[in-house]
Amino acid sequence: MGLDAVLLSRIQFALTIGFHYLFPPLTIGLAALMVFMEAMFHRTGDRLYESMARFWTKIFAVNFALGVATGIVMEFQFGTNWSAYSRFVGDIFGSPLAAEGLFAFFLESTFLGILVFGWDRVSPRMHLVSTILVATGSILSAFWIIVANSWQQTPAGFRIVGEGAMRRAEITDFWAAVFNPSTMTRYVHVILGAFILGAFFVAGVAAWYLLKGRHVAFAKRSMTLALVLAAVSSTAQLASGHHQANNVAEHQPIKMAAYEGHYRSLRGGAPLYLFGFPDDDAMKVRMGIGIPGMLSFLIHNDWKEPVPALDQFPREDWPPVGLTFQSYHVMIALGMYFIGLSLLGLVLLRRDLLFRTRPLLWVFVFSVAGPYLANQFGWTGAEVGRQPWIVYGLLRTSDGVSRSVSAGEVLASTLLFSLVYLGLFILWLWLLGRKLKHGPEPLETSTAVPAGTRSQEA
Amino acid sequence: MDLNILWFNLLGVLLAGYAVLDGFDLGVGILHPLARKDAEKRTFMNAIGPVWDGNEVWLITFGGALFAAFPHAYATVFSGFYLAFMLLLFALIFRAVSMEFRSKAESPVWRGFWDKMFFGGSTVATLLFGTAVGDSIHGIPVGADMEYAGGFLDLLHPYALLVGVMTVALFAMHGALYLVMKTDGDLLARVRRAAGRAFTVYLVLWAATAATTLAALPAARETARTNPASFAILALGLLVLVGIPFSLRKEKPFRAFLLSSLHIATLVGLLGTHLYPNLVISSLNPEWNLTIRNAASSPQTLRNMTIIALIGVPLVLLYTVIIYRTFKGKVKLGETSY
Repeated sequence: MGLDAVLLSRIQFALTIGFHYLFPPLTIGLAALMVFMEAMFHRTGDRLYESMARFWTKIFAVNFALGVATGIVMEFQFGTNWSAYSRFVGDIFGSPLAAEGLFAFFLESTFLGILVFGWDRVSPRMHLVSTILVATGSILSAFWIIVANSWQQTPAGFRIVGEGAMRRAEITDFWAAVFNPSTMTRYVHVILGAFILGAFFVAGVAAWYLLKGRHVAFAKRSMTLALVLAAVSSTAQLASGHHQANNVAEHQPIKMAAYEGHYRSLRGGAPLYLFGFPDDDAMKVRMGIGIPGMLSFLIHNDWKEPVPALDQFPREDWPPVGLTFQSYHVMIALGMYFIGLSLLGLVLLRRDLLFRTRPLLWVFVFSVAGPYLANQFGWTGAEVGRQPWIVYGLLRTSDGVSRSVSAGEVLASTLLFSLVYLGLFILWLWLLGRKLKHGPEPLETSTAVPAGTRSQEA
Repeated sequence: MDLNILWFNLLGVLLAGYAVLDGFDLGVGILHPLARKDAEKRTFMNAIGPVWDGNEVWLITFGGALFAAFPHAYATVFSGFYLAFMLLLFALIFRAVSMEFRSKAESPVWRGFWDKMFFGGSTVATLLFGTAVGDSIHGIPVGADMEYAGGFLDLLHPYALLVGVMTVALFAMHGALYLVMKTDGDLLARVRRAAGRAFTVYLVLWAATAATTLAALPAARETARTNPASFAILALGLLVLVGIPFSLRKEKPFRAFLLSSLHIATLVGLLGTHLYPNLVISSLNPEWNLTIRNAASSPQTLRNMTIIALIGVPLVLLYTVIIYRTFKGKVKLGETSY
């Protein structure tokens, strides 16, 4: 039963977090754009900005609702499936979750009510303030979740007390636990990933409208805004990713070795693979194309300095190398693609060619999937790379599972989750498709105008 | 003040906040079949449209706070009630998305399906909440290792189910009282009648539950005898409860709703006096109860959490006031409605 319940609980966690994580990054990215759109509407009175803000708010609301519905599952799951883990980390892990509720989630979900239903109930200024508060809530919410997750990756500010099943981590320094060694780099990385997703989502939808010749003015302006955000955030993500990789190399060297399929210790510098298939038994990367010494250079700023390899760690402490390697590499390849595509788009935009280059517009339409994949793979690399630890170096995943829950119960609930989530996924795609097909409301039917600019004849 | 006691009380506040606020959301779902025409069904959903998300956060925060302040209680209850909590999750998911999806297509089959999901999700969630409360009053099989030692069916004994059914009646009444403030015309007349009927059913179930609790649970008799506060809370609860039909008759719907909210708070208070100083009562051996001492986080975490709550709770109350003031009055369907 032991292994089965562990494996099934891991599958269930991966499934539920993977599905949940379709929604928060989009809402974070969209919220940032919505704030800008609505602020511009407020400043200029330009109705086009209003129609943008209204339209993207609707898309936001659908994703937020699904984010909440699937997010409650995550909070329950620590207790239902991972109760031994919950006992071990409760002293530290619970506070960020409670703080998320009190500081972020209430803010976000209360003012979302005004955002969606309040256009005609509150003043335009109050509506703008609400949008800013919702965006703030979404960004704060990510912070507290990343705090909790980062503590699992790089625990700090605690001591271990108790024995056996009562062994647990007890807090000694709250701020050290909150700002543990990886919190800030991972937080920046995650937020930029969300901005990239929001930007490419808006750009893809706008590109599609342009291709269909619909809502052209709306699409051009949305695309312009999105491209700027895409270019800035994907370029910044390169620096953030580098920073994050260094952080992993410093604090989770086994994970770094798995990211790169770095099996054997070398006297000199370690290569950086662009591509390949790690083989645990042969302890090498098959069909690997690598740049010699590059990994050492990226980590140590020195082409020759050795990087710890997997052979320096006990085999039972290795994460699954293949999955970790591939997730990491796909994420990086996609990151490079985002930089290239958004910069190309910006250059063509400046030369006034973008809106006429139909093939490139199609590329933007299909590229909406890119950031979704990059976020999923980034998450997978980070979490699978943490295995076999549920709390890095302190508690094994197999020791974190609920002892009173049977494999059969976990199997039954996992099957139900799969079924329900598949249904929700289809409905979500259908609903988004409908909203996007419908497009923004024509400008005439909107009623809210900033105070002072309300036209008398209307 | 002792922080363990403070957090026991704060969890009670969060639970009461959740029960009062999401209680009427769930009640609106339970009463949803009462609405006949499409516009009426939409009126029901839009009565809670702007607020239900925020109301559900009370549950999320309660979960986070329980995890943080009393991790052993969180771990034992959530893993012990495994299947029940999974069912609860599915009920809450269906309920949430039914509101989001229902209005997105005109087809009567589509709308009918989500109407059933909204009603079913709300009713099942309420029944499970009530049953969980019944279980925690009654005690559950917890072993010396703090782990739940029973099966799923151990949670469905008659007493817990009685509390579950009582909770459905309670939230139906509470939801109806909320809808009295939110509807008008023909629908208002029906909602008002429903409130009256739900009140009668609830009063009967409340009395039956109170009698069963005292008759069947020696621990509850003990509390009633030794703790005069519990008796005072019970009396207050009954007093505000019987005030509800009078307020309705005098056309004071807000007062009726307030009394109902207060009544719910007294129920949470009774639960608190019954449990204290335990969080989870072991039906196997009182030595194995999870208490506010042996299930708690370290004093430092409780201190940190207290600071977080001191900053956070006033903000939450402020947001709540803003949103309810913004959307006060009767529901008007518009282009942004569900």
